[in-house]
Amino acid sequence: MTTAPPAFPQARVCPHLPPPAYAELRQGPALRRVTTHAGQLAWLVTRYDQARTLLKDPRLSSDRRRPGFPVISVQVVLLTERKRQALIGMDPPEHDIQRRMFLPDFTLKKVRERRADIERIVHEALDEMMEHGPPADLYREFALPVPFRVICRLLGAPWEDRDFFQDAIRRLVRTFDTAEGRQAGAELLAYFEHLVTEYKKTPDSAGLIGRLAGTGQISDDDLALAAMSLLIAGHETTAAMISLGAVTLMENPDQLAAIRADPEAITPAVEELLRFQSIADSANLRVATADIEIDGVVIKEGEGILIPGSLANRDAEVFENPDTFDAGRDAGGHIAFGYGRHQCLGQNLARLELQIALTALWQRIPTLRMTVSAEELTARPPGAIQGIDALPVTW
Amino acid sequence: MGVEGDQRVCIGAGMCALTAPGVFDQDENGLVVVLTEAPSGEAWDKALRAERLCPSGAVRVGRSSG
Ligand code: HEM
Ligand code: SF4
Repeated sequence: MTTAPPAFPQARVCPHLPPPAYAELRQGPALRRVTTHAGQLAWLVTRYDQARTLLKDPRLSSDRRRPGFPVISVQVVLLTERKRQALIGMDPPEHDIQRRMFLPDFTLKKVRERRADIERIVHEALDEMMEHGPPADLYREFALPVPFRVICRLLGAPWEDRDFFQDAIRRLVRTFDTAEGRQAGAELLAYFEHLVTEYKKTPDSAGLIGRLAGTGQISDDDLALAAMSLLIAGHETTAAMISLGAVTLMENPDQLAAIRADPEAITPAVEELLRFQSIADSANLRVATADIEIDGVVIKEGEGILIPGSLANRDAEVFENPDTFDAGRDAGGHIAFGYGRHQCLGQNLARLELQIALTALWQRIPTLRMTVSAEELTARPPGAIQGIDALPVTW
Repeated sequence: MGVEGDQRVCIGAGMCALTAPGVFDQDENGLVVVLTEAPSGEAWDKALRAERLCPSGAVRVGRSSG
């Protein structure tokens, strides 16, 4: 009898490093079988070239409702139940039509116009944290509120309602219980359906929701779902990257010193942090809509495919000494934001937020340090956006 | 053949404008526009890199003008 394929995704032991078993998976074939959370067999892509080839292949579907879609968590179970899918779960032509409606808010130019606003948000969060600290929780007081406020402003989601959002989102993205997650998702969706109605009554096109509400380009239901998923996608990932990025930099004090000495150095450093952390094992999930031959194997129609950055971004043929954090390297080709038509819509916003946040942090608090060792931080379960929910620091 | 950007397949990720700013831009709808059809020197290298990084295949870079 052969042994059952390994589970994927797996849990991190140290929250800022990939699960130990991933190193072994990288040594094996480019495509191999794994077992998902739901107990399905699916294909895991372990190499960079094959990952990019497949993410561009039009025969792969992102539609969570399709039989065989890899169910890697309770959260994916909930998505498979949905009648309507958000952008990330759409296929063309529907996907491309909706993506183009959102694009005007995410161009490099539009994002760069937000710099002063993001800087203000970053400094206000630091002001507040420094008023009562040290000590402080860098996740709760900085890494989380900064991207949360930025995405609320971009969408036009009222900041006064942040406690509701944060509570409902936490119940949705952290639960292991489908009923609890379903309930939290329904509350969020109902909230945004109401908000869309409000924007139709009182037009205000400062934010994305107000810009699109009532224009006839998109149905109210789809806009509400889009707003909800943009709110989540726009901060959960970025908050994880700000906090884990800070951990990785504190773990590498010489490189941190070099970055602080050179204002240009933060740009490549953020790309390397994105590559090194590759927090989104839960992204880049697909199902085959036809038989696909690649690398000597045949992915059968209806089989699930996992294409995680956590493996492809550590392909030694593309990134030399992939397990070494090297803030000066050219990591620009990483697929931490995905690849193909679903490549992250918010990537240039995320880059800017990370650059600003991780620069201001040490400008304001040069002596910042963790009060526990990196290994003592608590990792999130596999299938979640990888990150931490608390980062105790002092200065 | 110089540099091409195909708006029909572009998904507006902006990798091209980020990677080779003098060669590519995004219009207000987020779609690729070519600013320099025949870049040379460093701009050419950046255009090639943008072709490699473009997630949609919209960026095509032909032969260098020298
Ligand atoms: C460091 C932060 C971020 C990371 C690591 C990240 C990662 C990703 C990845 C890997 C994908 C591809 C998913 C797939 O192909 O299945 C994706 C898609 C997406 N991301 Fe991000 N993301 C980040 C920040 C953001 C922000 C700030 C926003 C919004 C403001 C955002 C919105 C989206 C959306 C809407 C999609 C779906 C795009 C589509 O399907 O066309 N993300 N992201
Ligand atoms: S990198 Fe490719 S997909 Fe992105 S904006 Fe440029 S041409 Fe379009």
